[in-house]
Amino acid sequence: MLEMLNKLLRKRSSRDVAKERLKLVLIHDRANVSPQFLEMVKGEIIKVIQNYMEIDEEALDIQLTKTVSEEGEGVVPALIANIPIKSVKSCGR
Amino acid sequence: MGEVIVITSGKGGVGKTTTTANLGTGLSLNGKKVVLIDTDIGLRNLDVVMGLENRIVYDLVDLVEGVCRIKQALIKDKRFEGLYLLPAAQTRDKNAVTPEQMIKLCDELREEYDYILVDCPAGIEQGFKNAIAGTDRAIVVTTPEVSAVRDADRIIGLLEANELKNPKLIVNRVRPDMVKKGDMMSIEDIIDILAIDLIGVVPDDENIIISTNRGEPLVANGKSMAGKAYRNITRRIMGEEVPFADLTGQDGFLAKVKKMFGFRSA
Repeated sequence: MLEMLNKLLRKRSSRDVAKERLKLVLIHDRANVSPQFLEMVKGEIIKVIQNYMEIDEEALDIQLTKTVSEEGEGVVPALIANIPIKSVKSCGR
Repeated sequence: MGEVIVITSGKGGVGKTTTTANLGTGLSLNGKKVVLIDTDIGLRNLDVVMGLENRIVYDLVDLVEGVCRIKQALIKDKRFEGLYLLPAAQTRDKNAVTPEQMIKLCDELREEYDYILVDCPAGIEQGFKNAIAGTDRAIVVTTPEVSAVRDADRIIGLLEANELKNPKLIVNRVRPDMVKKGDMMSIEDIIDILAIDLIGVVPDDENIIISTNRGEPLVANGKSMAGKAYRNITRRIMGEEVPFADLTGQDGFLAKVKKMFGFRSA
């Protein structure tokens, strides 16, 4: 049974594996800013958002990457932050 | 006023030189006046791929150093009207040419020729900087492998940092059968990762090896798949809208690419 499950799991195509590995390695390649810089940005963002809502600091994820610009001008850098919200403070309104 | 286009990739061995030879030949077959410049000083190869290795007298370094005039350094390809090759020097190193000299050379060639295709060396050092210095547009060649796509991403970043906006992508050596089986990244996967416009897809084709053996660019020969792909890219370079052939055999590929292009050109 376990063997079958393993087989099923391992059956993920090499194409998907390649794509996933590339995406991960490119996040590092593209972010030519120091981790300290990102930590500073992260700290400031938490400070501001905490005035308005309670967030899950542990799960906060922030990355510097690039994306296709909406004006079709090619690729532009983007700061992508994933901030899980625990609750919104009512006093912030 | 001609246009200078650099063919680059970052990684070696993905088909920059073959691409340069075929696109240049293709443009000349469309009645354009074309110069191919090999900037891979010390490791020149465009001459052998073009089958012009026995006709070299002067090279790129001789020309920028003023040893000879442009007309003396350009090798006229007798098989294709309007096609010329400027070979790299074989016994010098990459520092024998400066970006300023390349800009000056490209500006002079632009006066008289319709297209100047610059075959860029692999890597991101001086040779790359020289190759991109005088160019208007860039074409990035990659293959559906993680190493080539990763290096292409780096090159795209460097091109954009050097004000060469909107580089176009050629995906070379695609094996539709492997893509179908899930053993090769598809064109969509690669575009998704690199986020640049596609200008061509070249299938893996053994005729490329045969034509390189003979020193005859494949684009001139009617039936082969890769030759046809190069002819399509040639027309796209000249500004024609040529639909992408469905190489992957996947549903929706064509529709998605069309949609993407329609969306962007709007």
